[in-house]
Amino acid sequence: MIQFVLKNIGQRLVLLFFISIISHAIVHLAPGEPSLVDPSNPRMKAEDIQRIRAAFHLDEPLHIQYVYWMKDLFTGNLKSFKDNQPVLKKIWDRFLNSLPLFIVGTLITWFLAFPIGIQAALKRGSMFDKIGTFLSYALISIPGFFLSYICIIFMVKTFNVPVIGMRTFGLENAGIMLRSMDRVWHWTLPSLMSAVAGVAILSRYVRSQMLEVINQDYIRTARAKGLPETTVIYRHGLRNALLPFITMFGLTIPGLIGGSVIFETIFAWPGMGRLGFEAILARDFPVILTLNFISAILVLIGTFISDILYAVVDPRIKF
Amino acid sequence: MTETKNTQMVEGLKPTASLFEERWDIFKRNHLAYFSFIFLMVLFIFAIIGKILTRWVVLFDPKLVRLPEKFLPPLTPFTSKIIPTEEAPMFNMYILGTDELGRDLFARMLEGTSVSLTVGFIAVSISIFLGILFGGTAGYYGKLRWGFLTIDTIIMRFVDIMLCFPTFFLILTVVALLPPSIYNIMIIIGLTSWMGTARFVRAEFLSLRELDYVTAARSQAIPEWRIILIHMVPNAIAPVLVSATIGVATAILTESSLSFLGFGVQPPDATWGNILSDGKQFIFDAPWITFIPGFSILFVVLAFNLCGEGMREAFNPKLKEGV
Repeated sequence: MIQFVLKNIGQRLVLLFFISIISHAIVHLAPGEPSLVDPSNPRMKAEDIQRIRAAFHLDEPLHIQYVYWMKDLFTGNLKSFKDNQPVLKKIWDRFLNSLPLFIVGTLITWFLAFPIGIQAALKRGSMFDKIGTFLSYALISIPGFFLSYICIIFMVKTFNVPVIGMRTFGLENAGIMLRSMDRVWHWTLPSLMSAVAGVAILSRYVRSQMLEVINQDYIRTARAKGLPETTVIYRHGLRNALLPFITMFGLTIPGLIGGSVIFETIFAWPGMGRLGFEAILARDFPVILTLNFISAILVLIGTFISDILYAVVDPRIKF
Repeated sequence: MTETKNTQMVEGLKPTASLFEERWDIFKRNHLAYFSFIFLMVLFIFAIIGKILTRWVVLFDPKLVRLPEKFLPPLTPFTSKIIPTEEAPMFNMYILGTDELGRDLFARMLEGTSVSLTVGFIAVSISIFLGILFGGTAGYYGKLRWGFLTIDTIIMRFVDIMLCFPTFFLILTVVALLPPSIYNIMIIIGLTSWMGTARFVRAEFLSLRELDYVTAARSQAIPEWRIILIHMVPNAIAPVLVSATIGVATAILTESSLSFLGFGVQPPDATWGNILSDGKQFIFDAPWITFIPGFSILFVVLAFNLCGEGMREAFNPKLKEGV
């Protein structure tokens, strides 16, 4: 077991090294430099641009820049091009904003997808199943930002509540009830929107897993023993159908960054995806690179956790 | 040859339908998928006509600005006295209304249809090409060594690396850094979406390589490229086509998301994505500019998804005729 874990970690570290090299190369080889973002600014003289380039080692060869990036990243000295703030602190602040959204979104996804998927599998071919199938296809086909706009208009017109941003400006001194209600309203739409596609995909997947499991022999055996139907479905069926979802759970972790760019932009939510978007607009290489690097780490951690959990949960897997 | 056929007919050995016909019948049984397929065929014809009418035989000019005619709702007849009659829209009516510059929305949607579909198809072609290339190489030549690593290890680890990048963030980074152009968008979407195809082409090739007909082909000294391209690829293509259909849908959605963030196809060229993102500022005054392209994207992507899902079921070897 320990050998397996160590080997797994080793492989992932090698992967991570290559990922960092490739992402560094992509960002630095693509045209467009930080000094070119604002070429018409009269205060930017040639000497200033030269000084900025020297300060951020932009004139060094690529591999030296890579070493500088890695060294600064691990000593925590990496500074953003844009405002000279430490990159790690910037990302950490935004991470704390993204985290609640991600947790609520994930909870909504998992708590909706499982009941819907199980019901659809048990009542295969029923109206519920057909409507569910069609709706889930419709939900993955609709552009997320379009759906968000419709929902924003609907929410604001029907409930007359503000939904953009993290909180309503000017409510800082209001009572605790009012303030928390305000926060809940602001959370609702962004987390719902980020959960929509997840619910659609996951419920289809739960359905097909359940269908596969309830046709197995051991389910028939359980029924033949005269067990109550709920025990058959939830103890004998669902437990076995759950296995592949361990992998799915590991894979949702990187959604923290990549999946949230659009929604955080629409809802003006100061999270990690939006930080990445702003950094791309400003050609802020250290932030872009570090975000890419962190999301790669998240992917690797996600797959690592699911590998380990798989081995722990499924007794058929041996080392 | 004819004799054999006749004997087969008499003895009832000849299959009543070819493999493709058999699958096609299964596909047709799924009404939703079949309807989507017909819808998409109509859409292709529409896109080609649109391309002809907006580019070469200009009946609809999507770039024509008529400032006095802005924000007209759909189905407004053309009654303006200010605008010269040769600039009037077709049928003397703004079928889908006009936008903030008085451009005919119907003409822009027509132009956008072909652009959006082209983005989807070219991006998917690139990703299929790369997927078959890498997957096929890893599957067929996987055991060859290059240094101390096998080719299979090198390619599959590269796939793993590519899968670790957050796709949308990567596309956004590269698109924002490169000069904006429709070709860059197609290429980048293609370059970041071939990993799935590569994985299952490799899996198919690993099992196909051991089959008798490949050994037979090899024994006849047929060159390897011929074995791979003519004998093996067609047998591995069904799952690729299914994922390609769904891939087109994803590419259209990605393009519209990029347009929404301002990195998509640049004006004055129209795609559904950028009509929608331009229209969103006027969502209260002129909701049709947002809703028409939004629902078009929804329906087309839905049709691609349903069609792909229908194909996946039809190509599933567990489903047989009459079962």
